[in-house]
Amino acid sequence: MEVFKTILLCFLVVCAVSVSLSKRLLTSIIIFMSYSTVMAVIWVILRSPDLAITEAAVGVGVTSILFFLTLKKIHLLDESGEKDEDQH
Amino acid sequence: MFGTNLLANFEEVVAVILFGIGFSTLLLHRNLIKKIIGLNIMDTAVYLFLASMGYIEGRLSPILQNGATGQEAYINPIPSGLVLTGIVVSVSVTAMMLALTIRLYQRYHTLNLDEIYMFAQREK
Amino acid sequence: MKAGKKMKISIDRLRAWSERDTDRDYPFIPAEKSPEKEKREAPDPNRYKNAFEIRAFQKVYNVFSVVFCLTLIAVLLITISYLPRFGEAGNPANNEVEQRYIEAGLEETGAVNIVAGMILDYRAFDTFGESCVLFTAVTCVFILLKKKPTDAERENDRLYEPKNDAILQTAAAVVVPFGILFGIYVILNGHLSAGGGFSGGAVLGACLVLYLLAFGFEKTERFFTERTFRFITVIPLTFYCLAKSYSFFTGANHLESHIPLGTPGAILSSGLILPLNICVGMVVACTMYAFYCMFRKGSF
Repeated sequence: MEVFKTILLCFLVVCAVSVSLSKRLLTSIIIFMSYSTVMAVIWVILRSPDLAITEAAVGVGVTSILFFLTLKKIHLLDESGEKDEDQH
Repeated sequence: MFGTNLLANFEEVVAVILFGIGFSTLLLHRNLIKKIIGLNIMDTAVYLFLASMGYIEGRLSPILQNGATGQEAYINPIPSGLVLTGIVVSVSVTAMMLALTIRLYQRYHTLNLDEIYMFAQREK
Repeated sequence: MKAGKKMKISIDRLRAWSERDTDRDYPFIPAEKSPEKEKREAPDPNRYKNAFEIRAFQKVYNVFSVVFCLTLIAVLLITISYLPRFGEAGNPANNEVEQRYIEAGLEETGAVNIVAGMILDYRAFDTFGESCVLFTAVTCVFILLKKKPTDAERENDRLYEPKNDAILQTAAAVVVPFGILFGIYVILNGHLSAGGGFSGGAVLGACLVLYLLAFGFEKTERFFTERTFRFITVIPLTFYCLAKSYSFFTGANHLESHIPLGTPGAILSSGLILPLNICVGMVVACTMYAFYCMFRKGSF
């Protein structure tokens, strides 16, 4: 269990760094989704099942849907997506 | 300079590192959506820190089982309650920031903060 | 397509603005006289100076923010190395407050799930404030994004969804009933097992969003309009406020509260916690659905 937890925590750090470094906004949002999923597993390991259910429904579901809708609204999903590299 | 418990507190160390990464994302990127993701990472880092303060090795989650009502059987329920409140507040703050981002895009046709600032200055 | 062009124009504008100090606009190299270049305005030396300053400022800003973050991490790590060890029972966070919640929680609140008993009984005003934060956020999103549907949207309400996607519809028909059942189970069992109003409400909201994605606004308008939203958010919040005011009033004045706590472990037990969970769940589900509708279309 210790090893599993350590691997998950390291995965969190890797996810956070790659969110910051990835060029496309869509990629960073999907990486952030996986970050939230791993966070939900860590809540189970830390013996807080209430937090795990909430994080899985809110962090993975609703927040990601809102981010995707924002991208849709500002027309970044229309094209193949190379354009948003220049956005930052 | 460092105390003795740095490696034993691995959860807290990861939480602090995540906080730093989120903060630098917030500061370094010019893109508004990247800034919002950075703020979300900072949120989860604080939750991880709080929840790891309440964890006690070898105890059950705070749902009464088998009639045991002693303090020795369960972990600390207070951080769970606090973090539960925090998660819901963070999703509402995220939704509001994204709505503001959409409005800014509709007016200036860009997500870059420098560019928005430039256009706003020119309008003045 | 159109938006992509607009974006490209704005990027070009920014690039031209930030690269003003390239050699062709360099004010101290006299340019050869050509008809095209005569037409162009002479570059403003102040502008050049500004651009240079901004670039220098950005470099300094980047360096300083990295240094600041590293310093922050280092300081916090030093602090952590002096904190008590992770996961030990004697840590100062595990004090008499926690002991009281665990040992007296069952007979005072009647809830088997201590977290639910804590956030909906001992600290119920926190949760009320949190529901109000959600309500305020959805109001702000309404103010920012609400708009009247255009004629094209009124004629064709499938403008924003994939049109009758067979895979999505079949998957939604299987997943949505189970999802809604799970959400209701999590809300109703909040005082007995893990979960409660927030998580169950979020699951319910996500299932409604999936249903909307698959079958379109035409189907959801039958049971969910703006009127429904108004009723479902305001009535639970009012009920929550009145119920908790009653129990705080009786508690503060040492009166007997007439709400039975029931047998612990039964579904109808633990006094006000079950109705309050239902209220919070309804508010959260409606809020999530309203966020989606506002971001997608600007109206229900």
